[in-house]
Amino acid sequence: MIETKTLPTAYVTDPRAMRSSSGKTLRTDEMIINMGPQHPSTHGVLRLEIVVDGEIIVDVIPHIGYLHRCFEKHAEHMTNYQQVIPYCDRLDYCAAINDEHSYVLAVERMLKIELPERVEYIRVIMAELQRIASHLIAVGTFGIDAGAFTPFLYAFHDRELILSLFEMTCGARLLYNYFWIGGLSHDLPPQFVDKAKEFCTYFKPRIKEFNDLLTFNEIFVKRTANVGVLPKDVAINYACSGPMLRASGINWDLRRDDPYSVYHKIEWEPKIGKGEMGTVGDVWDRHIVRMREMEESVKIIEQALAALPAGNVQAAIPKRIRPDAGEIYARTETPRGELGFYIISDGSGTPYRVKGRAPAFVNLSVLPDISRGAMIADLVLIAGSVDIVLGQVDR
Amino acid sequence: MTAQEILESLKAKFGDAILDAKLEAMQPWISIAPDRMKDVAFFLRDDSFLQFDYMMCLSGVDYNDGRLGVVYHLFSMVHRHKIVLKAFCTKENPHVRSVSSVWGTANWHEREVFDMYGIIIDEHPDLRRLLMPDDWEGHPLRKDYKVPEFYNGMKVPY
Amino acid sequence: MEAFQNLGFWGTLLVTVILSALPLVFILLYALVTIYLEMKVAAHVQDRLAYMRTGWHGVLQPIADFIKLLQKEDIISVAADRRLFILAPYVVFMGTYAAYAAIPFSSIFIGANIDLGAFFIIGISSLVVVGILMAGWASNNKWSIFGAVRSAAQMVSYEIPTALAVLIAVMITGSLNLQEVTKFQAGGIQNWLIFGGPLPLLQKILIAPFTVITFLILFVASLAEVNRTPFDLPEAESELVQGFFTEYSGMRWALFYVAEYANMFLVAGVAVALFLGGWESPFGSFLSGPIWGMFWFIIKGMVLVFVQIWLRWTLPRLRVDQLMYTSWKVLTPFLFVCIIAVGLILVL
Repeated sequence: MIETKTLPTAYVTDPRAMRSSSGKTLRTDEMIINMGPQHPSTHGVLRLEIVVDGEIIVDVIPHIGYLHRCFEKHAEHMTNYQQVIPYCDRLDYCAAINDEHSYVLAVERMLKIELPERVEYIRVIMAELQRIASHLIAVGTFGIDAGAFTPFLYAFHDRELILSLFEMTCGARLLYNYFWIGGLSHDLPPQFVDKAKEFCTYFKPRIKEFNDLLTFNEIFVKRTANVGVLPKDVAINYACSGPMLRASGINWDLRRDDPYSVYHKIEWEPKIGKGEMGTVGDVWDRHIVRMREMEESVKIIEQALAALPAGNVQAAIPKRIRPDAGEIYARTETPRGELGFYIISDGSGTPYRVKGRAPAFVNLSVLPDISRGAMIADLVLIAGSVDIVLGQVDR
Repeated sequence: MTAQEILESLKAKFGDAILDAKLEAMQPWISIAPDRMKDVAFFLRDDSFLQFDYMMCLSGVDYNDGRLGVVYHLFSMVHRHKIVLKAFCTKENPHVRSVSSVWGTANWHEREVFDMYGIIIDEHPDLRRLLMPDDWEGHPLRKDYKVPEFYNGMKVPY
Repeated sequence: MEAFQNLGFWGTLLVTVILSALPLVFILLYALVTIYLEMKVAAHVQDRLAYMRTGWHGVLQPIADFIKLLQKEDIISVAADRRLFILAPYVVFMGTYAAYAAIPFSSIFIGANIDLGAFFIIGISSLVVVGILMAGWASNNKWSIFGAVRSAAQMVSYEIPTALAVLIAVMITGSLNLQEVTKFQAGGIQNWLIFGGPLPLLQKILIAPFTVITFLILFVASLAEVNRTPFDLPEAESELVQGFFTEYSGMRWALFYVAEYANMFLVAGVAVALFLGGWESPFGSFLSGPIWGMFWFIIKGMVLVFVQIWLRWTLPRLRVDQLMYTSWKVLTPFLFVCIIAVGLILVL
């Protein structure tokens, strides 16, 4: 093993020689608490080492890697590009369709395939349905972190309806293998359009009910306003994306600004945080951005259902997927942010290198900077508002 | 700005640090000397015509011919242009200068590159393994990596 | 009680033990019912059904839970302080149970008819704080200590609004004896202290808003005394796993749990006795009497317990500093205003 030059500064080996990551020697009245990897509210196997002074946090050191499953090494050993798609599903298992979309987009750009319109519209519908499902998990578990146990069950009730729509289409509820390179694995069943329209009309008042119960509740607002503020320049410097970036007031959405698929043919707009209840970029803003994005997704789905053209979804699937030697980086807007795939092809049918740039991985690295000075109760909410999925963070 | 213009402004400022470029690829890339990476990065971020303030991705690559590389995908939110930078190093001397003081996001990405490829990132504030356990031996994503038989007494391949 | 005075030492001892075991029986039965009630209320608030399989709609589930807890392994971590660890649940339960002595269940049944009833209850239930601190410290677990210290701070601060609210009721009735306070509210629902008590009409109309506010503040402060949401930070599941009783399992944990439910009924019972007429029937003399009295008291207590459960599953929780702020800077000043107002109106 290659020797490292610098000692790990925050790795606690000898309790008597503890140093915090800023380099100062610890004062005697600070305590190091370990949160995780098993903990009801770290949303997966994440270990947070918290240095506290009473209840105020001095430093947070996240330790990840508990769910590392060697996605990139597997991808290099697959016999063709198509076989990597189920692995992409399992990166962010709460929003699998969006993972597939990003990877498939990258390979299709390398192959320079022209997709039928129907495929693009169905992809948009599925991606937006998955976005609603993923945000429902995010806001539901966020409510539990704040102590409100009921909105979680309301969110999951609605998520069940979305999952049954997916099951109707491709047979799977959570991990689909639905987007194939050049098309889709199954066309929509005949009753899908009506059921999806039914869902959209049913869901809109449910968002309002959820907001009345949780988002505008006085206690919830007091817990989340002015907590975990992420300033604009820090957000851009740390390459945050998705609702975290938009909540800090930056008007940036990859579906509009780095366009792909048919989003440019649909009328919608990204939702920005305005600091209505506190500061711009606080935890409440991230929550309300997610709630409003769900409403926006319903709009997109309705327009896409109305404009759905006929066609053969498997017309453009190539017999043999063999891109020319080269490389590409393509990114899409997933519910958690910008998911990018950097694929290097060496001219054969096997990928040479596939790197997944996960939004939760990047968003998590900003956690220490936004939680210094907060209390432990706030840290739980801040970590919940970053909306991490450890499958994505560790790959 | 086009890739050609970016290359020219870089060459004008850094001359000898720019080793290679391939502008006709689907996503044009420029190769920088690994030890000058930080200065180039500061220039790219702070120059008013370039303003690459958003680092999309930082990956390591093993080119299977004795070379390792670090690939940087940069984007400018202001000017909406992209560029790819590459820093090549050899397996015998795998050193690249850190850009984590330029873009905060590079901190964890560089740790992952060190973990997976063994490329030592000089001047990194906290270089230790990120995804693998801290006492793991070997660098998994290298092409010549052999999975170890035992780890701490547990059999690894099953 | 006069009838038992000439039984001799052993006779008196036996009678005392039997009579003091009666509230214990009540607590255990009530705990079974309330566990079931909590699960069902939680489920229906959350748009789902809870236990449906053990017995009709799950009524036998609390018994099944009890049997399961009885046969669990008794785990005490090696680094824990054994004596304090074992003693803590008993101290917590004692603090709650001892206060049941002064609760007026009916006109003929009160454990000890102390003239300082309300004061005794507030004092002895502070023993719970000691027990919680013991549990948190003895667990040898940083998260338990966090929970215990938060809980101690919370319970101690919320004693002030509780005591002040009780003081207002005492001011109107003129006695700390809970039986006297209950008898003061005889005659029907219009005589309950929450609506001003049996005072002349002008005083009653002036005083009624203040007593309503006082009752609400007493209710909120008592939520904090029993560590229920929105004040359940000491056992905040999302942060501290289970707070100060993380390390407890099996019957020791069951004892904490029963103590929490007993505490819920205790504070509900105090609020009922002081403000909602205790064991007096709301219809005056219709449906009143010693046995009816017990029925009315328990029903009113259960209504308040139901409201506590309902609030738990609806509201998010407050943070520690917001909790302290609420107690010291919101509830206490309001109560001072109420005390002055009530005092002035009574004197007029």
